[in-house]
Amino acid sequence: MDGISLLTITVLAVFVGFEVVSKVSSTLHTPLMSGANAIHGIILVGAIIVAGQATDPWVLAVALLAVVLATANLVGGFVVTDRMLHMFHARKDTSRTGAAQSGAAQKADGK
Amino acid sequence: MSILEPAWTALLYLAAAVFFILALRGLSSPRTARRGNLIGAFGALIAVVTVFLSARLENIPWILGAIAVGSAVAAPVARRVKMTQMPQLVALFNGVGGGAAALVALLELPHAEGPWVRLAIVFTLLVGAVSFAGSGVTFAKLQELMTTRPVLFPGLPLVMAAVLLASVAAAVAVVISGSTAFAVLLLALGLGAGVLLVLPVGGADVPIVISLLNAFTGLAVAASGLVLGNVLLVVAGTLVGASGTILTRAMAAAMGRSVAGILFGAFRGGSTAGSTAVSERPVRSSTPEDVAVLLRYAQRVIIVPGYGLAVAQGQHTAAELAQALEARGIEVDFAIHPVAGRMPGHMNVLLAEANVPYESLKEMVEINPEFKNADVALVVGANDVVNPAAKTSSGSPIYGMPILEVSAARQVVFLKRSMRPGFAGIENELLYEPQTSLLFGDAKDSLARVLGAVKAL
Repeated sequence: MDGISLLTITVLAVFVGFEVVSKVSSTLHTPLMSGANAIHGIILVGAIIVAGQATDPWVLAVALLAVVLATANLVGGFVVTDRMLHMFHARKDTSRTGAAQSGAAQKADGK
Repeated sequence: MSILEPAWTALLYLAAAVFFILALRGLSSPRTARRGNLIGAFGALIAVVTVFLSARLENIPWILGAIAVGSAVAAPVARRVKMTQMPQLVALFNGVGGGAAALVALLELPHAEGPWVRLAIVFTLLVGAVSFAGSGVTFAKLQELMTTRPVLFPGLPLVMAAVLLASVAAAVAVVISGSTAFAVLLLALGLGAGVLLVLPVGGADVPIVISLLNAFTGLAVAASGLVLGNVLLVVAGTLVGASGTILTRAMAAAMGRSVAGILFGAFRGGSTAGSTAVSERPVRSSTPEDVAVLLRYAQRVIIVPGYGLAVAQGQHTAAELAQALEARGIEVDFAIHPVAGRMPGHMNVLLAEANVPYESLKEMVEINPEFKNADVALVVGANDVVNPAAKTSSGSPIYGMPILEVSAARQVVFLKRSMRPGFAGIENELLYEPQTSLLFGDAKDSLARVLGAVKAL
């Protein structure tokens, strides 16, 4: 793709990025940051491409390191965001079912 | 081998990009947030499958192995981390993403054609390295592996300026020559700049820095997309860069700070440089039984939870206490400061985990006029977010931060571990006021004892 098209896409993406999060309550700041954090883990695609083109073992080693790091960002980011948001969901339950759930959550936290 | 036609590849990447936009949009509203996150994960899955099907890749077993290793390390940690430690985990994940972007750019340098592509490479290298090292320092600060206070040494601005100048010189050298040696040097300088950028930031401001570095990583990923000519990386990275910037500003606004003030305030001596000295001034200390009596004969109680509550894992006990009081006809609310906990919105997550009903969690704007009707404000493990210095003392590092106005309540009870100042390291005048009493001890322990005393009354 030529430079001008890429530049066009970049500029439009800036506006979309500004627009989609312009009205977010402070309650959701943490999950939103965490979710956005997971999305940039998509650098995994770049790491896979570089690793797939590597012929030199050293280049491959560094590229594989990039794959590991990017995967950690991508997978870990989505998992931790989901856990956070699961708790937001659970807050509609009250008293009894709630107590049972929180017990389970405590166990999960304590491994 | 390449199974997919280029047009199909482009369409699938477009689909992934749309899923990412929908994900961010979904995450902005409580009702759709969880679905939004899953949509994002689905988009990422599409993108990764697409790259395997479309690019001519060697070393596929190795790559799959590396993905397995990354998942095997990250998923269990993400699943098991305590919710109190979640901010540092987010910082860590952000850092490794930035590191990955920098490594990709480094390896693409020999294949780069033309100065523009090399310009994108040096940008990715530098910003990715800053994000990696900066996130590492924020992790260490939040995990309390190092001091949470601003780290300053004489000549820091000069060192910073020297590192930045050297970075620019190395970047120019890379763009002109395409030399890998200079690129490695630039990477090292970027790591140094990342460390120097975050060291002077005070503990209370660290969450905002995480958000800023998150935006940085997004920009690094976007630039790596320009290097590889990959539209998806450009769109996803730019989205995160832009939304991260907005989010950073929103967080800073919630704390009454400017982003520049947070990053460079310490250089001017205006950041959260407080003291850790323990004051010798007299305070009124209390017993669990006294606190129980106060609460039992109140009509309206407002609980102000802070990070100390979370550290002590006392959310569940606090929820129980609230229930016990409500069962006795007392009106109980939780007042949530926008930056209670260690990240904006963190406290909401922690109390939701303890199943405190949504209606009892009151945001600051909503609850502040209510304090004057409250008989007791019970401050559990919070300090900076109720510190009147933010309103009254213009020289204070937290001056201008909106606070919960607990001093308007008839009685204020602090449950505190010790007289040590809060995360920002600033003394709290409210502790010495006549209507204030203090109950020392671990937050969970104190709450349990107060709860026991309330039940015994």
